[in-house]
Amino acid sequence: MRVDGKGLVDRTRPVSFTFDGNTYRGFSGDTLASALLANDIRLVARSFKYHRPRGILTAGSEEPNALVTIGRGPAADPNVRATVQEIYDGLEARSQNAWPSLRYDAMAVNDLAAPFLGAGFYYKTFMWPRAFWEKLYEPIIRRAAGLGALSGQKDADHYEKAYAFCDLLVIGAGPAGLMAAWVAAQSGADVILADEDSVMGGRLNAETLDVDGKPGTDWAAEMVATLEAMDNVRLMTRTTVTGAYDSGTFGALERVCHHRDMPKGGVKETFWRIAARRSVLAAGAVERHIAFENNDRPGIMGAGAVRAYLNRWGVAPGKAVTVFANNDDAHRTAVDMQAAGVHIAGVIDSREDAQPLGDYPIYAGAMVTGSQGRHGLESITFEAQSGTERLATDCLAVSGGWNPSVHLTCHMNGRPTWAPDIASFVPTPGSIPGMETAGACNGAFATADCLREGVDAATASIKALGMTVADVAMPEADATPYSVAPLWAVPGKGRAWLDFQNDVSVKDVKQAAVENFTSVEHMKRYTTQGMATDQGKNSNVTALALLADATGRGIPETGTTTFRPPYCPVALAALGAGSQGKGFAPERFTTSHAASVAANAPMIEAGQWYRPSYFPLEGETTWRQSCDREVGYVRNAVGVCDVSTLGKIDIQGPDAARLLDFVYTNMFSTLKEGRVRYGLMLREDGFVMDDGTTARLGPDHYVMTTTTAAAGQVMRHLEFVTQALRPEWDVRIVSVTEQWAQFAVAGPLARDLLNGILDTPIDDEAWPFMSCGPVSVQGVTGRLFRISFSGEHAYELAVPSRYGASLFELLLARAKAMAGGAYGMEALNVLRIEKGFITHSEIDGRVTASDLGMARMISAKKDCIGKTMAGRPGLVAEGRPQLVGLKPLGPVKQLTAGAHIYTPGEDAAPAHDQGYITSVGFSPTLGHFLGLGFVKDGVTRHGETLRMVDHLREIETEVELCNPVFFDPEGGRTRG
Amino acid sequence: MRLPCPICGERDHREFYYQGADVMLHRPDPDAGEAAWDDYLYLRANVPGDHHELWSHDAGCGAWLRVSRNTVTHEVTGAELATEVKR
Repeated sequence: MRVDGKGLVDRTRPVSFTFDGNTYRGFSGDTLASALLANDIRLVARSFKYHRPRGILTAGSEEPNALVTIGRGPAADPNVRATVQEIYDGLEARSQNAWPSLRYDAMAVNDLAAPFLGAGFYYKTFMWPRAFWEKLYEPIIRRAAGLGALSGQKDADHYEKAYAFCDLLVIGAGPAGLMAAWVAAQSGADVILADEDSVMGGRLNAETLDVDGKPGTDWAAEMVATLEAMDNVRLMTRTTVTGAYDSGTFGALERVCHHRDMPKGGVKETFWRIAARRSVLAAGAVERHIAFENNDRPGIMGAGAVRAYLNRWGVAPGKAVTVFANNDDAHRTAVDMQAAGVHIAGVIDSREDAQPLGDYPIYAGAMVTGSQGRHGLESITFEAQSGTERLATDCLAVSGGWNPSVHLTCHMNGRPTWAPDIASFVPTPGSIPGMETAGACNGAFATADCLREGVDAATASIKALGMTVADVAMPEADATPYSVAPLWAVPGKGRAWLDFQNDVSVKDVKQAAVENFTSVEHMKRYTTQGMATDQGKNSNVTALALLADATGRGIPETGTTTFRPPYCPVALAALGAGSQGKGFAPERFTTSHAASVAANAPMIEAGQWYRPSYFPLEGETTWRQSCDREVGYVRNAVGVCDVSTLGKIDIQGPDAARLLDFVYTNMFSTLKEGRVRYGLMLREDGFVMDDGTTARLGPDHYVMTTTTAAAGQVMRHLEFVTQALRPEWDVRIVSVTEQWAQFAVAGPLARDLLNGILDTPIDDEAWPFMSCGPVSVQGVTGRLFRISFSGEHAYELAVPSRYGASLFELLLARAKAMAGGAYGMEALNVLRIEKGFITHSEIDGRVTASDLGMARMISAKKDCIGKTMAGRPGLVAEGRPQLVGLKPLGPVKQLTAGAHIYTPGEDAAPAHDQGYITSVGFSPTLGHFLGLGFVKDGVTRHGETLRMVDHLREIETEVELCNPVFFDPEGGRTRG
Repeated sequence: MRLPCPICGERDHREFYYQGADVMLHRPDPDAGEAAWDDYLYLRANVPGDHHELWSHDAGCGAWLRVSRNTVTHEVTGAELATEVKR
């Protein structure tokens, strides 16, 4: 129910929303939780395992119970914490894990079976028969237990990733965080202040405590306004810092558009990576519960949360409120409630010396032992000194003390330190390099202490940054010390709950100890304590205290489980922002791209490049028709193909030749100017890295080509050799792949075509096979290479990229006039297989020069990268797979890449494997399929008939091994 | 993790390509023998603590760096150009 005159919600702006189909009203500034409580809705969820009725427990991101689904269709978000979700007009929320309805949930029978469903039940029960687990047990269990479901549709929302940098990152904008940010900002540091709430101020907005002589909430609002006006401060609300990583890097999730209707093109969440030179953690603390029988009934809440709903949102979660606590702080709930006119039924304090802070009935040395009410709290039972009593109440505000939010300090392997005075853990200093901790997360609970620690933390940080610390006035504030006496669980026989989200009870933890799961990590996994989406924020410390008790150890010896990022659930969509679909993957286009697309060529990815598969003509119904025709262009007339995607590396300097001799197996220092040579490059371990041609353009000037796929790897390799192995050599390398557009012109009419566009015609004498040099093309200086990847009389013509598109157009028009045309990747592949030329299908990182039949290319006259290791016995031994050609025999005329080769009559199993096929294509030139592959000792087995088995596609055929050069083995056409 | 590239300044580790221990800087002679080559290519000390390793600033200046990093804490204490190290 709403309380007049309280809270920060804007009563002039009513908001209408729905929950489970019913329309409710709240105010701007409400969370879904506060608005539901204002409408007296207490039952909001069913628990994970037993389907017990659950209500709102907390007022923050630690909420274990009140998970709802927001929105519908592809935009639906399951498992949203009602305590974090702000309401807006039209918000649609639905409860989860209940059928047919939240109030009458059929699966609640699980709760009756609870005596059988304790810790380890599944492990012990569903063991046999083994096959039943996956098919029967698991699906049933999964259906019964669970959280909200994903829509199963493609997420239509947008997510982003972003980067930020600062001198000081302040995490949490409560009194400690605000003071830290203020000191740092005044000192001139670049500050980022991040807080997961929509309004900064932290507990100041949930309390009635004064700061600097004014209400804490006003002080916070003024401080925020001051900081906001400063250029060196960035305020990030609705932003949870989720993890602390190496070198001052933090992950943070900003909920950009969960609190209002998504505008067109709006972003739902942004995942930030913040690089901070220093950081201050002021993350506050989370109130813990006390375990007693049926302590999970809707209406039983955290005492701090009850107070927050009153002071921040103007909502009283009950008409007759009872407080159950072991500390002084919870008494404030009674005081604030009374001041707001809410009836306090009583304060039950487990401490015998407890004193009331106001005029309300107090039961010192008493403990709540049970609760009643079907769908919500109606009464409690408690043990007082006078005996067992029953008290009618609709809201029980429980506080077992506060647990500092030490999480982020433990993300880099740090362990927190037990602090007996607050009966909880505090951060161990130095756990995160460069991080100071301040305020409640450090175990300082009084407001005055928070403010002071904020100043201290900022002072230390600013000094470490080498800056001068500005003097700021310390505001006056409440300094009441925090006093707590540990009470983890009220003794009793019934089920007392610890982890509400995973339905873990005190009994489960004790059972784990009995079964010797005494390590806290084992207990956690056996009981699932703290393994739900809330990560046990309000129950872990209690659970391990109970484990310590059950095993007769102290709490420090028992230790904590490992805190891991993220602090709060982060959607994969946010982490993977920019990676959905093509995302930010670079797309590299050649200068002929537009022309290829205009010609309806399907473009295929080759690394980051896009290349045409084939150029379909009208009337062609399959890619094979186009491919066969394009192969014919090259074999019979002339074809044009964009080969710009091959890596081009310009190498210059007096030591250029030495470098090439060192990285290639064969000699390049002997290459004459104006000539091109094929080169083979090894990795240092002796396997083949890449191949390609390198041209010598001048005495100290070479241009190397690499395969498209390995261009980056080769460049990095050359950088390594020149920088790390031979820095004394005078040679420079630079990638010029993008600077030159390069086209293959191949076929018997290739020279005729070129002579039609070159300013000076060429002839065979001046331009023999493997020659290169500058040429003038329509007034543009280009480079001509007489090289061939098709086995035909062919050239590659390169011009600066800005002329690429027009040159392609020109070449294509000429080719068409000569009964030729453009050819794509499919035809290029068939042409090179016909000639037995290798690509990275063959150079797969496992083959040696010798496997490729290129052992003689390793020069005996010099050292080169990979030479020593290429001579290892295992790399030159008999029985290695060697490159062969394969032709199909028998009725099945198809070869498939990836198929394996076996000896006829032997089982097609790995033990009998003879080799595998790497590349196949249908040769229109020869009229049948061709394959390249590697077969054991294949070079000596030409003519043998073997068996090809493709287990995946279920294709089998006989194959004949042969020379991998199927077409024109003498090479007459290339030179002709 | 952030690496201090001597040329570009401090950068996120995702701009870099990781190679491994700086052993790779010291290539043996071709006839150094099997053991030396095995050490060079394959055998690595898995040291907890200070470690020198090679990173290439692929998405930056292209420099090969020798980075000093503590393998236990991930603290990066420095980075030098491989070119300088070899001089």
